[in-house]
Amino acid sequence: MRDVSTAIRGGELSCREAVEALLERIERFDGRINAYLDTTAEAALARADAMDRGARGEGRLWGVPIGIKDVIAVEGAPCRCGSRMLDRFLSPYDGTVVRKLKDAGSIPMGRLNMDEFAMGSTNENSGFGPVCNPWDPAYVSGGSSGGSAAAVASGMAYGALGSDTGGSIRQPASLCGVVGLKPTYGRVSRFGLVAYASSLDQIGPITRDVTDAALLFDVICGHDPQDATSLQRQTPATSAGLEGGVKGMRIGLPREYFAAGLDPEVEAAVRRGVETLQGLGAEVEEVSLPHTEYAVATYYILATAEASANLARFDGVRYGHRCSEPEDVTDLYFRSRAEGFGSEVKRRIILGTYVLSSGYYDAYYLRAQKARTLIRRDFEKAFERVDLLAAAVSPTPAYALGACVDDPLQMYLGDILTVPMNLAGNCGISVPCGLTAGGLPIGLQLMGPPFAEAELLRAARAFEAETPWHRKQPDMAVLEQRSAEGA
Amino acid sequence: MEYLTTIGLEVHVQLRTASKMFCSCPHRYGAPPNSQTCPVCLGYPGVLPVPNRQAIEWTMLTGLMLGCRIARYSKFDRKSYFYPDMPKNYQISQYDLPLCEGGYVEVDLENGDTKKVGITRIHLEEDVAKSTHHSTTSAIDFNRAGTPLMEIVTEPDIAGPEEAYAFLTSLKQILTFGGVSDCNMEQGNIRCDANISIRPVGQDGLGVKTEIKNMNTFSGAQRALAYEVERQKEILNSGGRIEQETRRWDDVSGTTELMRSKEDAHDYRYFPDPDLMPMVVDEAWISRLTAEMPELPRTRKARFERQYGISPYDAGVLTADPELALFYEAAAAGSADAKAAANLVSNLLLHALAEAGMEIGSSPVRPEHITSLVNLVAEGTISSQIAKDVFAVVFETGRGPEEIVRERGLVQVQDTDQIRTWVRSVIEENPGPAADFRAGREKAIGRLVGAVMKASRGKANPQLVNEVLREELTRGGV
Ligand SMILES: [Zn+2]
Repeated sequence: MRDVSTAIRGGELSCREAVEALLERIERFDGRINAYLDTTAEAALARADAMDRGARGEGRLWGVPIGIKDVIAVEGAPCRCGSRMLDRFLSPYDGTVVRKLKDAGSIPMGRLNMDEFAMGSTNENSGFGPVCNPWDPAYVSGGSSGGSAAAVASGMAYGALGSDTGGSIRQPASLCGVVGLKPTYGRVSRFGLVAYASSLDQIGPITRDVTDAALLFDVICGHDPQDATSLQRQTPATSAGLEGGVKGMRIGLPREYFAAGLDPEVEAAVRRGVETLQGLGAEVEEVSLPHTEYAVATYYILATAEASANLARFDGVRYGHRCSEPEDVTDLYFRSRAEGFGSEVKRRIILGTYVLSSGYYDAYYLRAQKARTLIRRDFEKAFERVDLLAAAVSPTPAYALGACVDDPLQMYLGDILTVPMNLAGNCGISVPCGLTAGGLPIGLQLMGPPFAEAELLRAARAFEAETPWHRKQPDMAVLEQRSAEGA
Repeated sequence: MEYLTTIGLEVHVQLRTASKMFCSCPHRYGAPPNSQTCPVCLGYPGVLPVPNRQAIEWTMLTGLMLGCRIARYSKFDRKSYFYPDMPKNYQISQYDLPLCEGGYVEVDLENGDTKKVGITRIHLEEDVAKSTHHSTTSAIDFNRAGTPLMEIVTEPDIAGPEEAYAFLTSLKQILTFGGVSDCNMEQGNIRCDANISIRPVGQDGLGVKTEIKNMNTFSGAQRALAYEVERQKEILNSGGRIEQETRRWDDVSGTTELMRSKEDAHDYRYFPDPDLMPMVVDEAWISRLTAEMPELPRTRKARFERQYGISPYDAGVLTADPELALFYEAAAAGSADAKAAANLVSNLLLHALAEAGMEIGSSPVRPEHITSLVNLVAEGTISSQIAKDVFAVVFETGRGPEEIVRERGLVQVQDTDQIRTWVRSVIEENPGPAADFRAGREKAIGRLVGAVMKASRGKANPQLVNEVLREELTRGGV
């Protein structure tokens, strides 16, 4: 990403060429990956040309195209959230992060595939087909920001924005071998992010390396008066102290995160990663997050409760899919929603409606809120002793396509290592830390307390500088060949 | 059988803020449909609400004016139900932690007593859009959607439709005095729902209540409640049972009709809105609002009676509208006779304004005009009869009374000789009444005074006319 930025600054590359290079790669490879729902090529080229004609700006991302997950509003662009419900819907406004990208000179480009309304961890819940893993298209990309992670991994995007509600940035980043940062809740404005679970959602960068992640984060973070949950506190840019190393940094290994169910290859890669950090001068100790076992249930109650209200606006009245010839308004609601939403979204709306219903509210929603407080306290206690926590991102490498489709519960359990952090509002990052024998990427997750993005990125950068994994890329020639054979 | 009526009201009041509750759109009444909308108040994907601080403050101010406890910690909740007039299919409202709790409104009853009607709570929410239904289609105007709406809930303290009307009138007065709402009923600024039940005299527990919706005017509310009392009486008298249900008032037919039964009651699935932070109110904020609190209508009414020596009735009229009260105080300030000023304002001016279909704010008569009229009469320059004519000219032209009096030669005639000339000719022309007076019928003098005044074209000093008449009649009789 910053190479492109440097090349454009140096006059070696025009903005148009930067866009066209991506379009060319998308043309070649995306038939097999399905990362882009729309390239928005026309708007991107128009913006690039306008920038090439004008004076070169000072923006930190001048001329750099950034891929946008389909859940973030860009004025005049489709914003379907991976759903048939919003077929043909064009957003009438820019989200705050998009405005910030534009202010920094970037070219928002494309609509990246995702699980419908960000609900899922395999990207198989997209209304427009799954995203395949660039390392092996027989495997899932992870989700819900699967399009963003796969596009970056396959060089079809220099950098991208995703959103993370229960792991939706970190998990696909881990499965696709790229870097994914989930910022502290409230540090990046949610204005323009179509809400799945408002108290958990955060937008964050997905990039090739940690330095790019820090740069992109610095551009999009900051207080926004249009988001009432946005935090006022200002902190210095994370890019500045990125090379500071981890000497003396205390890193905790949550005992509960290395429990049964963790794939041996994943565990081995993560433990090797921790040893690397130790070798760089970090102090490692075991800690406990005792309420971890309640995290998945808590998450699925709170997230679906919020989703049931957030998704109520998709009713066929003002925009989006509307059934043909409704008999009355009830028929309009029933059929538009029945036709527009996919089955996972329906499942979560029903679950969320149930847990908020009178007579069940106390037993589910209220208890889940209490459990959330306990989970947050676990982290607070742990962060009294250590600076960061380290663990795997996903208990397993990427699943084969179709392996989890009929077993949503199994899929939910795969979120165990990522959802607690969203519940606590902390920040976390996934950095590549190995490949399985089958050649699938494995990610190392580092987690920090609120506002610890600088420390988090510093540790991730130190790790990255010491290891080869972020430089490894899927062999796209093989992919192209297979794709040709398949066709 | 004799019944007791129990009524509780839920009053919805639109606040007169410059912008909507959660976005920066204006909410001016009567704008072209859907011209005051944005992605936020249309519930577009990805938007977020930002609360209107002024609306929160005015709700707290209302709480202070009604003697409520102001919550130190309050929050917004989502109330879910599907209806096309709700852009998000949930309404941002307040469920268990409203901004204000407790409090009361003092209401003057017909028998002269004063009653305190308890306020349970006041919370803040967003108004919904306005839908209109045609034969095969419906149209929605989202201009109203998102207007700050305060819901004031009373205790079941109201004993009948008339009392409900009196309560609403008092409440409206307080709200307009506080400047928080225009309370214009035609524009839907203030609307109410009611819970109403009746029970036989002597029965302890309350009867089964019904909820009445769609009462858009105070008189409509009074009629709706009166209708509902009769409907419930008829059911009970014929041995039936009241069903707990929601009924809609139809102002045209003057009846209530079933909207939904208890079984169809909504489950609103309230939960805290995760897009909004809880509201934390500190002492400093409350002290500032308390200091800014305007004088309440009742306090002002009592002060008017005391300070200006005017009747409770006039004080009530003059304090019914804050602008009118300000007008009167300005007029009374330099007046030699505050009572006369009250008369001019509450009789002449209000009458003239009503006839012209005008508000006090656009009155062509200014407070200083009233002051000089009062003083012209007090100094004896013009008669109070002439004052009425001058007032009419001021109202029509907006010119000052002194100028008009001077220009038209309306200065009162004090010259006894001139008056005596008129008196003599009147006695001559009216031998009948003159004889009657002389025969001891005191009343007959009235006609003669009137005739003299007429002869003088209203300019004679009536006091002098009376004196001179008596002199002349007595003399002639001897
Ligand atoms: Zn608006």
